[in-house]
Amino acid sequence: MTTGQALEPAIRVQGIEKSFKDLHVLRGVDFTVSAGSIFALLGSNGAGKTTLVRILSTLLKADAGTATVHGFDVAAKPGDVRESISLTGQFAAVDEVLTGRENLVLIAKLRHLTNPGAIADTLLDRFALTEAGHRKASTYSGGMRRRLDIAMSLIGNPPVVFLDEPTTGLDPQARIEVWQTVKQLAGQGTTVLLTTQYLDEAEKLADRIAILHEGRIIQNGTLSELKQLLPPATVEYVEKQPSLEDVFLALVGATGGDRTDDDRTDDPVPARKAPR
Amino acid sequence: MTTRVLGDTGVLTGRSLRHILRSPDTIMTTAVTPIALMLLFVYVFGGAINTGSGESYVNYMLPGILLITIASGVAYTAYRLFLDMQGGIFERFQSMPIARSSVLWAHVLTSLAANLVAVAIVIGVALIMGFRTGASVANWLAVAGILILFTLALTWIAVIAGLSAKSVDGASAFSYPLIFLPFISSAFVPTDSMPGPVAWFAENQPVTSIVNTIRALLAQEPSGSDIWIALAWLVGILVVAYAFAIAIYRRRIS
Repeated sequence: MTTGQALEPAIRVQGIEKSFKDLHVLRGVDFTVSAGSIFALLGSNGAGKTTLVRILSTLLKADAGTATVHGFDVAAKPGDVRESISLTGQFAAVDEVLTGRENLVLIAKLRHLTNPGAIADTLLDRFALTEAGHRKASTYSGGMRRRLDIAMSLIGNPPVVFLDEPTTGLDPQARIEVWQTVKQLAGQGTTVLLTTQYLDEAEKLADRIAILHEGRIIQNGTLSELKQLLPPATVEYVEKQPSLEDVFLALVGATGGDRTDDDRTDDPVPARKAPR
Repeated sequence: MTTRVLGDTGVLTGRSLRHILRSPDTIMTTAVTPIALMLLFVYVFGGAINTGSGESYVNYMLPGILLITIASGVAYTAYRLFLDMQGGIFERFQSMPIARSSVLWAHVLTSLAANLVAVAIVIGVALIMGFRTGASVANWLAVAGILILFTLALTWIAVIAGLSAKSVDGASAFSYPLIFLPFISSAFVPTDSMPGPVAWFAENQPVTSIVNTIRALLAQEPSGSDIWIALAWLVGILVVAYAFAIAIYRRRIS
């Protein structure tokens, strides 16, 4: 307790409620996310994940309850919260008319950073988009667009990053690329709150997992804590069959041979390693 | 804070100007319809219209044509704003530490730039068709000022449409009545040639006083009370549309 700053949770949500007319989307949500961790908010479609993310990123006001992000109250100090976060929404928020590089320069300028061009070039390189950097974003594949989207979110190194269903609609290779990025981020001390409806995604990435159901968090814990909720595992002998995903990834290569950009020189993760 | 509003608005205006430069057809389509109307009225209908003044018909109808140009041009602002809000980019901007009003101002300034280019193209064609004026620099500046005010007023109406539209078609539909308004004004025929109630409407709607003012300025004639009525209309529409747009915007982003 000597350095309160370090122990202060990056996100603290207390009793958040939100209704849209008669629809009670959030009915009192509580959780905390410790700094530098990956927190997965798991829930089916319509569980209120996006609503919660929109409240935490100051796009929507809660009806009741309080939330602080990076120590700032989202209702009282939205400006400070916006300085501390970045949001990657459910649909890739890139400007399709601009090139990939112009998109990055635009965000760097809006974050009032010096030398936006250099920042853009660094990120293009890091996300394997250097070749595509001078093409319009409308010509990008789904995976490239998502990479650009996440790259735009990282400009200015915000301490808290919200990823709302970051891999929905992506092919398996692109999913793995996003996962690698998220792990890298957390490795650098960034707090990541991600929402997902894919159980395996939460299992692979998250330090803690919360299940949002009917407007409340019904469980919150580490993966092993959640697993203990069920009766202990029984030992069964099952023939190990490769899953279709294993086959697919083995055939096309884990990061894909047909990517338009292959200059992943500084990629810290071995390119061919399957995630399992 | 003020410097940040200006800086952010500048960056975002640069973005939407780039959109226009990458699809210059939006400016061309804005200019094509008024040019076609101008050709139609000057070379087909014009011979049958008695304006009661000695000036050439192209001189007579150019002010109305310029207003039609702007009225059709602002539809693109509603369209672009609507598309921004549909895509995720609008939410990204809102979740960033930027001055929130700059998102709207960028669209407004872009509208101004695009419409002035379209207006310049239409004036160029009018010159080829025989439009002549001896207007002084001061008169031209006054005309430019009125056209800028007109563009701003209509653009803020376009912002309302863009913010509250439910579909792409709905976003630009508001401009049709605006394009039509000059036809029931002094833009193409003198209002006293119209039947009573129509003439009353034509004489008391904003376009007539604006058209008369621009016409007088270009012909170097005194504009009388028209200029003050025109300015009152323009400033009034601008203030009301701006207030509405900001109120709707606040509701959308909170």
